Amino acid sequence: MDGAEGGLGMTTLTPVLTANWDQADSFTLDGYGEYSAARKALGMDPDAIIKAVKDSGLRGRGGAGFPTGMKWGFIPQGDGKPHYLVVNADESEPGTCKDIPLMMANPHSLVEGVIITSYAIRANQAFIYIRGEVLHVVRRVQAAVREAYEKGYLGTDILGSGYDLELVVHTGAGAYICGEETALLDSLEGYRGQPRLKPPFPAVAGLYACPTVINNVESVASVPSIIANGADWFAGMGTERSKGFGIFSLSGHVTRPGQYEAPLGITLRELLDMAGGVRAGHRLKFWTPGGSSTPIFTDEHLDVPLDFESVGAKGSMLGTRALQIFDETTCVVRAVLRWTEFYAHESCGKCTPCREGTYWLKQVLRRLEKGQGTEEDLTTITDIADNILGRSFCALGDGATSPIHSSVKHFRDEYLKHFEIGGCPFDPAASTVWGTA
Amino acid sequence: MTTYSPEVRERLERDAKEIIGRYPRTRSALLPLLHLVQSEEGYVSDAGQEFCAEMLGLTKAEVVGVSTFYTMYKRKPAGEFHVGVCINALCAIMGGDQIWDELTEHAGVGNGETTADGKVSLERLECNAACDFAPVMMVNWEFFDNQTPESAKQLVDDLRAGKEVKPTRGPGRLCSFKEASRVLAGLPDGQAGEGPSAAGPSLEGLKIAKANGWTAPKGASE
Repeated sequence: MDGAEGGLGMTTLTPVLTANWDQADSFTLDGYGEYSAARKALGMDPDAIIKAVKDSGLRGRGGAGFPTGMKWGFIPQGDGKPHYLVVNADESEPGTCKDIPLMMANPHSLVEGVIITSYAIRANQAFIYIRGEVLHVVRRVQAAVREAYEKGYLGTDILGSGYDLELVVHTGAGAYICGEETALLDSLEGYRGQPRLKPPFPAVAGLYACPTVINNVESVASVPSIIANGADWFAGMGTERSKGFGIFSLSGHVTRPGQYEAPLGITLRELLDMAGGVRAGHRLKFWTPGGSSTPIFTDEHLDVPLDFESVGAKGSMLGTRALQIFDETTCVVRAVLRWTEFYAHESCGKCTPCREGTYWLKQVLRRLEKGQGTEEDLTTITDIADNILGRSFCALGDGATSPIHSSVKHFRDEYLKHFEIGGCPFDPAASTVWGTA
Repeated sequence: MTTYSPEVRERLERDAKEIIGRYPRTRSALLPLLHLVQSEEGYVSDAGQEFCAEMLGLTKAEVVGVSTFYTMYKRKPAGEFHVGVCINALCAIMGGDQIWDELTEHAGVGNGETTADGKVSLERLECNAACDFAPVMMVNWEFFDNQTPESAKQLVDDLRAGKEVKPTRGPGRLCSFKEASRVLAGLPDGQAGEGPSAAGPSLEGLKIAKANGWTAPKGASE
């Protein structure tokens, strides 16, 4: 574990994908360097690449944590159909802010990962589906793809290997739901972005009903380092079942918010130490381990290893490692209301429990936040959440229930306080960046 | 119903055909084409939807069904500068709510509305993936990080006065909403090389790693 841990068992940072972000030209081919991992991969048997990624233990970095190599292995071979790779660059989960700076500063790691991944799954066409609301990131990825074409890393007979790959940068148009992989496929086919019923899974019937791998940006961008350094190198970082490094995004009431690339299994206590702690004069109240769809944690959970198993065992999910930190000035009911309004806004409307449930959750929470609710309303929102959970096609509805259930569990008294005093007990000015005095 | 002049139509057709040619199946070009027609008029007009339908062999109803699903396609003209304020939980709490309240009062327009001079439209945004720079605003989908009520009002005043403003992480010149839509359609504007690789919070972890001499383990490639 050399490098991954310091002298006293303290976890230290492991910059790989973020290592070149402080170079002025990191987003250009000159700054990134030649695609040596892609060159190596194109000389390998595609199945050997799949095996290496399986052996590395890499699990999807988009939230669900499905083993990446296993996903690739599901693609049927010799089926005579075109295969597709679609990169999910629709990063929109509240709190999640890692893929956007990654694509802005280091887009070639993604393009190189696309080449290796596509070659491994025998795809000759790949897409990067980027959310539309990040113009400069779109520019950077477009430019990286163009540079790769000019250099012969994309197109026909890549580096003389006989392998052909076309890569299209496709921008979305404002819909959180398109981060759900089957909704993304519908959107990429030119339809409203609504999830499909699974099975069939995309590995069998994905884009244009052909075998398709959909991987998150950070997952694909991690692949070149695995091919270059070996599966053991990657597996030497992280924990037993959550291997490798990942970008942890700290935001909110923290002294130095930002992107911290570390082995999986690091704790929030360790990350907060590096980030200068909760902002001066305040203390941690609640936080999300991996975006708004992951049940909130409190200061009881500072030492939970941030890996898939440990976070799951404590009742939440590692998700996208979007650590949104809220101090004691923050009203939890207000935060939950705003997340709930978000889910209601972004529900695609296909499944009744999610469409109607998020609508009614929003109404009741507005009442509660204003101090006009009753104790019965707490039962109502819990019941509504119970009736959404597990009853819709995709995870958006499930995600909407996470803040509800977890906040009622940890902060029931705070809900009660609202209608006891007939209003919100918190001053919203105190939780702002400029309201810290 | 208005239609495009022959010159505009010819130009848009040329762009549309280039975009359609990138996709294995033509309908996949619908989202980019909607961005393209938005780049012409600053919104997705009736004529624009008709154009998309014709180019892709769809009915207009099929196009409208898609364009109305996505929030970035505007159904009436956006301002030359489309200004968004993130009001998702984290940004709202960090000050986005106060920014929104003060900014709307200052500009005299609300959500989805445009100032009378056509310069600025306002929108309440959901998370824009820059949470470590909260509170976040976007203008024509460029980042304006770490805002305050004062900086937000100044920004809108400067935009309306025609003064030069620069995104915090982006090119040296702020493009118009129409120009931004053209890039999103897949037609680059040559400005990718401008602006920093990364800035501020994006670099915090790397700075700390360097200061402490922390690195990933040595691998086979080193």
